[in-house]
Amino acid sequence: MAMLEVKNLQVYYGVIQAIKDVSFEVNQGEVIALIGANGAGKTTILHTVTGLIPAKSGEVIFEGTDLQKIAAHKIVSLGIAHIPEGRHVFAQLSVYENLLMGAFTRKDKAEIEESLEGVYQRFPRLRERKNQFAGTLSGGEQQMLAMGRALMSKPRIILMDEPSMGLSPILVGEIFDIIKSISKSGTTVLLVEQNAKKALSIADRAYVLETGKIVLTDDAKKLMDNEQVKKAYLGE
Amino acid sequence: MSFISYLIKGISLGSVYSMIALGYTMVYGIAKMLNFAHGDVIMVGGYVIFIAMSLSGLNPIVGVLLAIILCMVLGITIERVAYKPLRKASSLAVLITAIGVSYLLQNVALLIFGADTKSFSSVITVPALKLAGGALTISGETLVTIPLCLIIMIALNIFIKKSKTGRSMIAVSEDKDASVLMGINVNKTIAITFAIGSALAAVASALLFSSYPSLTSTSGAMPGIKAFVAAVFGGIGSIPGAMIGGILLGVIEILSRAYISSQLADAIVFFILILVLLVKPTGILGKIMHEKV
Repeated sequence: MAMLEVKNLQVYYGVIQAIKDVSFEVNQGEVIALIGANGAGKTTILHTVTGLIPAKSGEVIFEGTDLQKIAAHKIVSLGIAHIPEGRHVFAQLSVYENLLMGAFTRKDKAEIEESLEGVYQRFPRLRERKNQFAGTLSGGEQQMLAMGRALMSKPRIILMDEPSMGLSPILVGEIFDIIKSISKSGTTVLLVEQNAKKALSIADRAYVLETGKIVLTDDAKKLMDNEQVKKAYLGE
Repeated sequence: MSFISYLIKGISLGSVYSMIALGYTMVYGIAKMLNFAHGDVIMVGGYVIFIAMSLSGLNPIVGVLLAIILCMVLGITIERVAYKPLRKASSLAVLITAIGVSYLLQNVALLIFGADTKSFSSVITVPALKLAGGALTISGETLVTIPLCLIIMIALNIFIKKSKTGRSMIAVSEDKDASVLMGINVNKTIAITFAIGSALAAVASALLFSSYPSLTSTSGAMPGIKAFVAAVFGGIGSIPGAMIGGILLGVIEILSRAYISSQLADAIVFFILILVLLVKPTGILGKIMHEKV
């Protein structure tokens, strides 16, 4: 059985249908990419999974639990972390406090301390800046903080929304290396990206989204060779 | 000597305004709404203490504690019944609702307690302090008000900065969606903020009516509006701003009353607000809000 299953999802903003009958699944340990142009509905799908937007119909099942029956703020404690587009770190809190917010639902102080150490090891820059307000970090550092904050909830799956947005090519490479290493350490990844080339390079499978519908799905490697995908998303 | 005495009186009144302004500013920060019924919570607190002391003969401290508890319940109830259903409504709808709640509280109080002015007996039994051979007298109310407000404000600051609940209040006021993703219950956090604001209003009512002892159903409105002015003055949404704004407002009010005109004092206070807003529209410590896209 898939870890995360989305079935026949329909989402509306008022009268406008943003997501049209979308179904996909994510298996334990996979890196799945959702690619598509601006406005295709990628972010809406992630927001619906973590309960920020209600669905009109369809199901979102995580390890047998129907997420739509659960209050949005309780979803993170099931093991789902969501790094929103634009990072959304808490600017008025320090780096350290932001990381603690990531562990908000966890109780065991010693375990939280352990996760914190793990995040600092993965992102040495965050340790250097732990007492700095998050609002004063650069874009790349904020992305690292958003990732570290998500890891603090000890997730089994991480939903990442446009982690490369607004970053320099060098930083994009760095961020994707981190995503790979997060995946290697056993966390499942659902990645939403406009940077299709980068996303396909680290994904196992991918879904191509166009105006709210899934138009194509395959192994990431095969999609990279697909003429249609090459033309529309890889700029070849 | 009289200047110093006015100044101390101003700081005392101002620290009461600060306590009320904190309720305005914290609620604004987290729920992005102006709770114009906040002033009337002070009036309710006043009546609770009045009844507890004058009619039931309870100890003043018990009366104040009772007022704190009832005002917290009232604040949470107002939020739950009147504001929560409007979480996604336009800010104008919320504002009009808040004004409606304010009139509701005033008229219910009028119905229950009648239109006659109640004479509030001071909850403070500390004797006045005479300094400089009797030239400078500081009332017992002032002697209690200033340090008590100072302690409460320091405690509140520590609570917000250091406790998990306090940090979640900062998080929710900054970014509701991201807070939900962290697992924070936004509705609960907003309710806690209303409860804290109302508890501060209850303490403010005890201090305010001890110094200015006439109590009617509209007694909360004017201090409420002034505290709102103080919050805007300091920069709405900013906690240190509310503290500074409140104290400045109290000092300006008392000094204008003493040296310019007691009739014009309130007009001067509001005129200065207009001046501040013309020069610095976000208030003294206010930040310019960037709309996130």
